[in-house]
Amino acid sequence: MANLKELSERKELLVGGHRLCPGCAAGIIARQVLLAAKEPVVVVTSTGCLEVATTIFPYSAWKVPWFHNAFENAASTISGIEAAYRSLKRKGKIDKEIRFIAFGGDGGTYDIGLQALSGAVERGHRFLYICYNNQAYMNTGIQRSSATPKGASTTTAPAGTVIPGKIQFRKDLTRIMVAHQIPYAATATAGKWNDLITKVEKALATDGPSFMDILSSCRLGWGHPPEQTLTIGRLAADTCFWPLYEVVAGEYHLTYKPKKKRPVTEWLKTQARFKHLFKPENKGLIDTIQNYVDEQWQKLLKLCGEE
Amino acid sequence: MSEKRMAKTANEAIAEAMRQINPDVVAAYPITPATEIVQIFSQFVADGKVTTEFVPVESEHSAMSAVVGASLAGARAMTATSSQGLALMWEILYIASALRLPVIMPMVNRALSAPINIHCDHSDSMGARDSGWIQLYSESVQETYDNVIQAVRIAERSLLPVMVTTDGFILSHCLELLTPLLDKEAKDFIGEYRPKNFLLDTEHPFTVGALDLQDYYFEHKRQEAEAMIESKKIILKIGEEFERKFGRRYEFFEDYKVIDSEVATVVIGSAAGTTKVVVDQLREEKIKAGLLKLRVFRPFPAEELKELLKNVKVIAVLDRADSLNAVSGPLFSEIRNALYDLEERPKIVNYIYGLGGRDIGLKEIHSIYEDLEEINRTGKIKSLLTYLGVRE
Repeated sequence: MANLKELSERKELLVGGHRLCPGCAAGIIARQVLLAAKEPVVVVTSTGCLEVATTIFPYSAWKVPWFHNAFENAASTISGIEAAYRSLKRKGKIDKEIRFIAFGGDGGTYDIGLQALSGAVERGHRFLYICYNNQAYMNTGIQRSSATPKGASTTTAPAGTVIPGKIQFRKDLTRIMVAHQIPYAATATAGKWNDLITKVEKALATDGPSFMDILSSCRLGWGHPPEQTLTIGRLAADTCFWPLYEVVAGEYHLTYKPKKKRPVTEWLKTQARFKHLFKPENKGLIDTIQNYVDEQWQKLLKLCGEE
Repeated sequence: MSEKRMAKTANEAIAEAMRQINPDVVAAYPITPATEIVQIFSQFVADGKVTTEFVPVESEHSAMSAVVGASLAGARAMTATSSQGLALMWEILYIASALRLPVIMPMVNRALSAPINIHCDHSDSMGARDSGWIQLYSESVQETYDNVIQAVRIAERSLLPVMVTTDGFILSHCLELLTPLLDKEAKDFIGEYRPKNFLLDTEHPFTVGALDLQDYYFEHKRQEAEAMIESKKIILKIGEEFERKFGRRYEFFEDYKVIDSEVATVVIGSAAGTTKVVVDQLREEKIKAGLLKLRVFRPFPAEELKELLKNVKVIAVLDRADSLNAVSGPLFSEIRNALYDLEERPKIVNYIYGLGGRDIGLKEIHSIYEDLEEINRTGKIKSLLTYLGVRE
């Protein structure tokens, strides 16, 4: 469990002055992840909002060794860095403990970077991969990804007169990571800081690969006022649209169970990307989404032994 | 110096050089005809003959991404590939060079798809000619080995990545005599790698790969261009040191009887060996034939080439790759460009040969010199570009 007082005394490793939008969750998440690290860290970030907005040359918001290679290769890049660390440590050229963290958006993780991530996890490098998941390609202007939820309107799956936004359900990447027999995988959301930081601590203490899929609001892409970012992040967990759980050595554990599961419409209505779903002709679609959320939640409860 | 001679293929010789280099990190992926390099090296790792951290990645894109990460982290890092593998690395090739990382990569030349073909031509590395990598080409197994050893020093002095090529199957899979350095000689020649700035130095954090816009990008690219210019001196200096220590001479190119020739060819790779036989035959017939074998294609030694070729009457440039630009092959463009400033320019023609491993023999090369002599006699060029040995 993270202690707020203690956290407030730690050194900020991602500092202000970066150009992320007001209300962007990515910066909040990255800052909290770094606060959770007790050892020195080396960070890799894939191409995306977090990368471009924090490192416009000659400025950098990062107080840790930081590297951006390309879009699809954060996991393979950090594999090479971790391999170098093992090698130099074995040869006695480095003697301290260092932890390795890769950040990628959902585009760089669920889609174009999935192969590199799968390879790195299978090989068993010791690193934490953080997907800051804003559910679309926000850096290039809100295009759909395989993390975009069904019904959301994006610029490449827009809500039109014939098609009501994205047709497909999103991919379940955490379960895909679990299928790799990854020692530690978890979901988290911006707004549940203690849950998030506690999970990062566990992930960094894992001797092997670890993965966290963190729901990260993009207020431009999702369409909500910037001050609602964290509320909306919590609402995702309260509606079970984004359940919070962890999988330790294959064992599922629920880390947050809402006292009263709220209807998914409460989550949907906070964001402009779902606005069209509230037209009378799309009523059926909202029902489908609610059924899907319920089904997934029941499955998860079963996996967690919470039935 | 070692006098131990052994029969080795180029793949085996490269793996042997890598054993002696003992890189901190090797990340690689199998691809014909370079697979053996990784295979033999993996055995060295399994048998404890090297202390390398071997990363068996899931693609060449990840291989190059991982060695870029490893190199930036402070490791001496290597990979090896060929053809489609190099093509898949493309995006990261430019990043390796622009970040000034001394990555070393043996590259076995193979044709690019389509149609799929596993045999030798130079389309793969020629396509990467503008990626900011130093490119060293090899005529023989011995040269391949010597180039790999020198590449480590060249890369780390110039802070540019180095690609050492060898001809697929013709060299990669054929036994030739190799005189390797003794392990100690190789180790002493290469020396320790001591990077100035590296990511694992967590007490001195720095940011790499930042967004670089209109106000700085151009300056960074200009510095990279300067590094390539400066690398010329480094390549020559390391070649001289290698010759002093081990007796084998390495420069930008080999002048095989060019200096007093009237007709000469410019050749890259193993075909130079065949061409030397033809030159010797022609010389016996009192024909003033010569061969310029290019070793260093990047940086391109334009001034030095111009100096050597200026008195030749007719030149044929042999390209084992096509630029598909409706004019000529890539080497021809560069050689002709290098000669432009001469007051009296030699006549020059281009032959594209050997694509997809099509064999080239004494007869074909002899026919080129016959063409050159005819041009020398008549002063007339019938065809600027000839596709040699193809059914048309």
